[in-house]
Amino acid sequence: MCATCGCGADGGTRVIDLRGEVPAAAHDHHDHDHGGGRHTHAPQPAAGTETLVLEERVLARNDALAERNRGWLEARGIIAVNLMSSPGSGKTTLLERTVRQLGTDTEVCVVEGDQETTFDADRIKAAGAPVLQINTGAGCHLDASMIRTALHTLAPASGVILIENVGNLVCPAMFDLGEDCRVLIMSVTEGADKPLKYPHIFASATLILLNKIDLLPYVDFDVARFERDVTVVNPAAQVLPVSAIRGDGLDAWRDWLIQRSRSISGRPVGPSPAVGG
Amino acid sequence: MHELAIAESVLETITARTGDRQVTEVRLEVGKLAGVSTDSLRFCFELAAAGTALEGAGLNIDEPPGRARCASCTEEFLLHDRILLCACGSSAVEVLAGDELRIISVEVSR
Repeated sequence: MCATCGCGADGGTRVIDLRGEVPAAAHDHHDHDHGGGRHTHAPQPAAGTETLVLEERVLARNDALAERNRGWLEARGIIAVNLMSSPGSGKTTLLERTVRQLGTDTEVCVVEGDQETTFDADRIKAAGAPVLQINTGAGCHLDASMIRTALHTLAPASGVILIENVGNLVCPAMFDLGEDCRVLIMSVTEGADKPLKYPHIFASATLILLNKIDLLPYVDFDVARFERDVTVVNPAAQVLPVSAIRGDGLDAWRDWLIQRSRSISGRPVGPSPAVGG
Repeated sequence: MHELAIAESVLETITARTGDRQVTEVRLEVGKLAGVSTDSLRFCFELAAAGTALEGAGLNIDEPPGRARCASCTEEFLLHDRILLCACGSSAVEVLAGDELRIISVEVSR
């Protein structure tokens, strides 16, 4: 098959370009024999069929639902954060600490996405936040429809919604949930090469929390290389080193959330960043 | 693995427009930077289409290449992956194309 336009060199396959923006004359890139011009690139539906031009984005339905979620959240001045990471990066520990840090000053609720079990939701509940567990079964990511259900079930009136996506550095990047921003949690035990190996998810993050920095003395993780590679795939992303276990950087993370919330809702969330920060 | 969800989304979007009419061919545009494995998508599409009006439909996938423009030197160049680095050394690179994930058209029985 011709790699440029996809037309079949064996003459058996037809390619029908329906966008009307690529005239046949533009196909001067071919270096294979077109068989005396017996095939054409013009639309030629097979006998008994007709062509319907759809021109729709594949994820249009998800994206439309995500926009509805976004509107629902904005109307209430709620900031929703889509937290993405590999399994075992420390997301749930970080969320437990975040829930306790925001304390009673802020309404915070959590949506937990996992394939199975309510382990994570149980931990968040114990930390004191309303939580909804979504088990995706075979699914590898959360989608906008799941978040719509979660929003209507939890029905928060204000504050922050922290959405813990399914642990996976690939699939969650594709699905808009209606969130305000994406935060990627990456632990130093995973290796500094991940930004270049999983560029899509790094490219979509507003903030990257580099977790487990208490383990830096024990692992071979080049922080400078990691930050440089993040810049290569996402020049706008900010990297914040934290240790969810030991507490390093968590005040800065809380302040970031508060600032983000203010810039979105115009309403303060939690205590002033200047206090106790 | 998200290719199954994408295949299902393709099916839903098409059947919302074509109803019960038999679909014999589907044409998609999946940019090289879209983060979708077309092999996996073909496999998942066949599975998802079984038992529907799209069962056995051909899947014709255009894969437009990634293109980018450097904000520093204004050079436009092909982008083979998500590594946003211009030959001039700048990473201030804007992706112009390659993110496409669209259903272009379908062939349906009359």
